[in-house]
Amino acid sequence: MTTFQLEVNGERRTVAVDPSTPLLWVLREGLQLTGTKYGCGIGACGACTVHLGGVATRSCLVPISLVGDRGVVTIEGIGKDAMGAAVQTAWVETDVVQCGYCQSGQIMTAVALLKARPAPSDAEVEQSMGGTLCRCGTYVRIRAAVRRASSQMK
Amino acid sequence: MTGRAVIAGVLGLAASASVACRGGAKAEGLAAWNDVYAVLISPRCLNCHTATSSPAQGDDRRRHFANVTRGPDGRGVPGLTCGGCHQQANADATGVPGVPDWHLAPLSMQWQDPGGRALASADVCRAVTDRSKNNGLDARGLLKHHAEDALVLWAWSPGVRADGTPRSLPPRSHDAFVRATRRWVEAGTPCP
Repeated sequence: MTTFQLEVNGERRTVAVDPSTPLLWVLREGLQLTGTKYGCGIGACGACTVHLGGVATRSCLVPISLVGDRGVVTIEGIGKDAMGAAVQTAWVETDVVQCGYCQSGQIMTAVALLKARPAPSDAEVEQSMGGTLCRCGTYVRIRAAVRRASSQMK
Repeated sequence: MTGRAVIAGVLGLAASASVACRGGAKAEGLAAWNDVYAVLISPRCLNCHTATSSPAQGDDRRRHFANVTRGPDGRGVPGLTCGGCHQQANADATGVPGVPDWHLAPLSMQWQDPGGRALASADVCRAVTDRSKNNGLDARGLLKHHAEDALVLWAWSPGVRADGTPRSLPPRSHDAFVRATRRWVEAGTPCP
């Protein structure tokens, strides 16, 4: 066990875990932030996406030992951000969610996209969101919600 | 034999020796290039010197999973960047390779065809030595790139796969690769 100091959603947190523990499990089990989901465990689905140092990151792949001093933002904290709030509002207004399991990863990815490309083309939306899987197939509504959030932030 | 004939003969021999010497240097340079090429077309190098809109992975050089695309600067697209998974060091606990600024080589430095087959030695050599394609590197810059670049060095410390087995290494050691590059550079970077 090693003790790590983390900044999660703007708060200093301390965890004592094995250095190889993926960030996902530190968040979910160590800090009880269960909004970030375990999907595939190999970085293929995007359900576990958080922002690490401002970069959309698949938390199942990052051992806690490699987090360093980069701040972590999860779905529980993204609403404090103006873009995050806009995306969450757009998600509700568009009624995106079906089962909802992948949606925290979808939202975290969408926020990263819109921060970098405030008015993305359809191709850019598909490339950025195309690695985050939704088994309910809500992709059309996801794209519509990204568009709505983009419009709201203009 | 007149004195003039002797001088002409000596000069002729000297010229022949010079040509032979230049030919020898070129032959040695080409031999060195063969060692360089053997490394460049190994999966550790080729997987990120693709001709496609995405990287490859594994020794079978399959398309990178998760619909990863190269993006405008070879570092992925917003929300799906290389750095969103590849950290500043190998993550052996999860099998994800990493060094700082993990990224793809530009399309101008593709060393495989769109079908994933490695380009011929002469084609790779021309691409490597074309400063309009290789980020402006001269021969000295190529040597430095091979000797010091973090992504190049990673090929010899590639960590383990998700199942814990070591990734394969290039077919020459890094020292041998750098020595071969130096011999090739000193011979004038000849291409087949």
